[in-house]
Amino acid sequence: MSLQPASLSAAAVALNRFGLGARPDDEAPGDPKAWLTGQFGRFQVRPTGFDALPDAGEIVEGYRDRLRAMRRDARQSGADGVDKDELKSLQQDFRKEVQALYRTAVNARAESALVTDAPFVERLVHFWSNHFCVSADNPQTTAFAGAFERDAIRPHVLGRFHDMLVAVEQHPAMLIYLNQATSVGPDSPVAERVAERNPKRKLGLNENLGRETMELHTLGVRSGYTQADVTEYSRALTGWTIGGFGPGPAGNDSPDAFEFRPGLHEPGARTILGKRYGEPGERQALAVLADFAASPHTADHVAEKLARHFAGDTPPPALVARLSATFVKSGGDLPTIYRALIDAPEPWAPEPLKFKTPWEWTISALRGTGRRDLDGINVAGIMNQLGQPVWRPRSPAGWDDIAASWAAPDALLRRVDLAQRLARPAAVREDARALGPRLMPGSLSPATAEQVARAESPTSALALLLVSPDFLRR
Amino acid sequence: MMLHRRRFLQIAAAGAGALWVSPHMALAAVETDRRFIFIIQRGAADGLDIVRPFGDPAFDGLRGRIAGDAAASIKLDGTFSLHPSLAEIGKMYAANQALFVHAVASPYRDRSHFDGQNVLETGGSQPYQMKDGWLNRLVSLMPHEKDEAIAFAPTVPMALRGPTPVTSYAPSSLPDATDDLMARVGMLYQNDPQLHPLWSEALEAKGLANGTGPKQDPAGLGQLAARFLTKDNGPRIAMIETEGWDTHFAQAPRLTARLKALDAMVAAMRDGLGPLWAKTTVLVATEFGRTVAVNGTGGTDHGTASVAMLIGGAVKGGRVVADWPGLSHLYEERDLKPTMALDGLIAGAAGETFALDAEKVANGLFGEGAGRPASGLIRS
Repeated sequence: MSLQPASLSAAAVALNRFGLGARPDDEAPGDPKAWLTGQFGRFQVRPTGFDALPDAGEIVEGYRDRLRAMRRDARQSGADGVDKDELKSLQQDFRKEVQALYRTAVNARAESALVTDAPFVERLVHFWSNHFCVSADNPQTTAFAGAFERDAIRPHVLGRFHDMLVAVEQHPAMLIYLNQATSVGPDSPVAERVAERNPKRKLGLNENLGRETMELHTLGVRSGYTQADVTEYSRALTGWTIGGFGPGPAGNDSPDAFEFRPGLHEPGARTILGKRYGEPGERQALAVLADFAASPHTADHVAEKLARHFAGDTPPPALVARLSATFVKSGGDLPTIYRALIDAPEPWAPEPLKFKTPWEWTISALRGTGRRDLDGINVAGIMNQLGQPVWRPRSPAGWDDIAASWAAPDALLRRVDLAQRLARPAAVREDARALGPRLMPGSLSPATAEQVARAESPTSALALLLVSPDFLRR
Repeated sequence: MMLHRRRFLQIAAAGAGALWVSPHMALAAVETDRRFIFIIQRGAADGLDIVRPFGDPAFDGLRGRIAGDAAASIKLDGTFSLHPSLAEIGKMYAANQALFVHAVASPYRDRSHFDGQNVLETGGSQPYQMKDGWLNRLVSLMPHEKDEAIAFAPTVPMALRGPTPVTSYAPSSLPDATDDLMARVGMLYQNDPQLHPLWSEALEAKGLANGTGPKQDPAGLGQLAARFLTKDNGPRIAMIETEGWDTHFAQAPRLTARLKALDAMVAAMRDGLGPLWAKTTVLVATEFGRTVAVNGTGGTDHGTASVAMLIGGAVKGGRVVADWPGLSHLYEERDLKPTMALDGLIAGAAGETFALDAEKVANGLFGEGAGRPASGLIRS
């Protein structure tokens, strides 16, 4: 499809396609590649907003404690179950508390994207957080969603793929979201004990995390594994849980951390993709994960997604092949892979390659209008309106990374409505006519410049710039 | 007589002005009086819990635990009963306005949601084999392609994507942009081949919605859909996405909530469509079913065959259509065996709804060599 004539300078590509969008006072980088690699040393792993988040585990544990106490009191008083109204109000309080935490965490994410000096690395955090996504569809996953990005993704974004993978699969958010925390080996000691006491109550496997790890996080769908491999890997995973979840005695009550519980683990060796895993306990699934991380299928899968994110909806095969080879050769060393991406010609194509997702567009609009703090803006609410609620893609596959998913009639209308809202306070500070060329150095199309200059008011002009074809794409 | 669009165009092209008042034309006009709504259940809805084969001797042992009190289910016939949360849809069944098809599946035989949904929505036989959606291709078979279809979401789901322009709309709580800004945005997009058509569609849908957006709860969405579909110049084909069917744990309460929402949405559509309900076909389908056995966490894992529903005044309902495979011979020893083709069901339902040639609809929607379309589903 031919787009409006727009030709992006290398500086504009670095700022907008690799980065999160220019800020009004950003200098156009003279050496765009060096500007990008230089960010590896400037990335802040734990920005203040994330650091200050209330502890998700405490909130979940507090709720579960109150629930247990309520049940105990009911039992002791001989009541027939807990009082329904009391239970409802307890659940409501919990949901409210969790929603507040979620909104704070989303704002922490946005703030960190506004103030960062390493916007390329922040973009990669968003990329990985979506690759390994959880979806905050129930209160318990919601509570941990911000902590997931902070603790499983951010520390490893400049590390090794394998380490991020293990951190992800052992994070409470993932173990709850994909039901691993309550999966039990059918022949495990706990399952047998429970069956002895009550033959009707059968504990067993839940293969949700096992399947999605193989399909979405590592090897990729249709890469040759079978249902038997999924079931075997799910057996290997049994015992991976968190404090306070799942049957059997827990090591501690705090769901804040991974816990391996031997009593839930399916005994015996497993065979996955033709290889036998005889390791005991927790080490069994870890050994499988290490092989998944090192598989060329995983390299291909990750390479394709990265290439799609930076070089277009239909990723150029040559770039995918190069990134995949780099992944294999470097043992999944992420900075080495990012360098290969920066050194490749494809992501530097001068025509816009991507239609911004709602998140990318919102962050670039906030940055472009010079915001460094949110000052009352509820980013979670904005993202709901734009159809991409943060950490809530409603599917473990994460959000789509293609224009067809985001360039749609109603979605466009909403961006225009929101642009006007964002432009109103910002137009006092920023003159859209001067701002355009600063945000897209050497790249603003004459048609956009002309319409912006003709607008009836500074607010209109700025809103137009934000929804211009140039600004909707990167 | 069925009048296919291509045929109609050929006749019209022959230049006989009299055709405009001929019965054929009247028939063609009647065709577009019909309404077709596709409700997708994303996440693999458990057909065995929705339409329960209580007459199968193995059912109680396998599923009694999550199906709960058998007496509460809505009895459909000697073999099947309906989940009690589908009370309104149960009434439609009693009024011969709902038909359930069991042990049905798309051609997809693996267990990935995303591949499965891709096959369900594109109509390919393999994931990612086809680049656009079958619902979009259905619009292209209609007499007037323009403004025929809408997605009730901000974005356009796969089944509706393709070369034929479609629109999307969902209520939003954002304050509207000023008219001046709207006009200038229109000018700015005028020469942009991607943004210009999207913008035009957006403005039309906004006009149809009339600015009074109901809340996006299930009943509200049903009412909204009915409002669009009852407009004279409104769309005739609509798609609604529902989520949350992936019940790996605690299936009983979670499925109950999803089904209540579906029930409320369909009931709101029926009420909102009024007399047009008699001309409406609602298709409800999911990417695949779930395991026959209950898993270790009171839920079910990804399976194969499931249930599809046809609901609406136009449907020859009051029946469960199934070539029942039984629960003692399972697909890959874990899933309900597929014995009916979802493609054929969709082609038959869409073809009969719009009085199009069913074979051509089947080939157009699901490719040459698609299976035989089902027949006798929709009142003519």
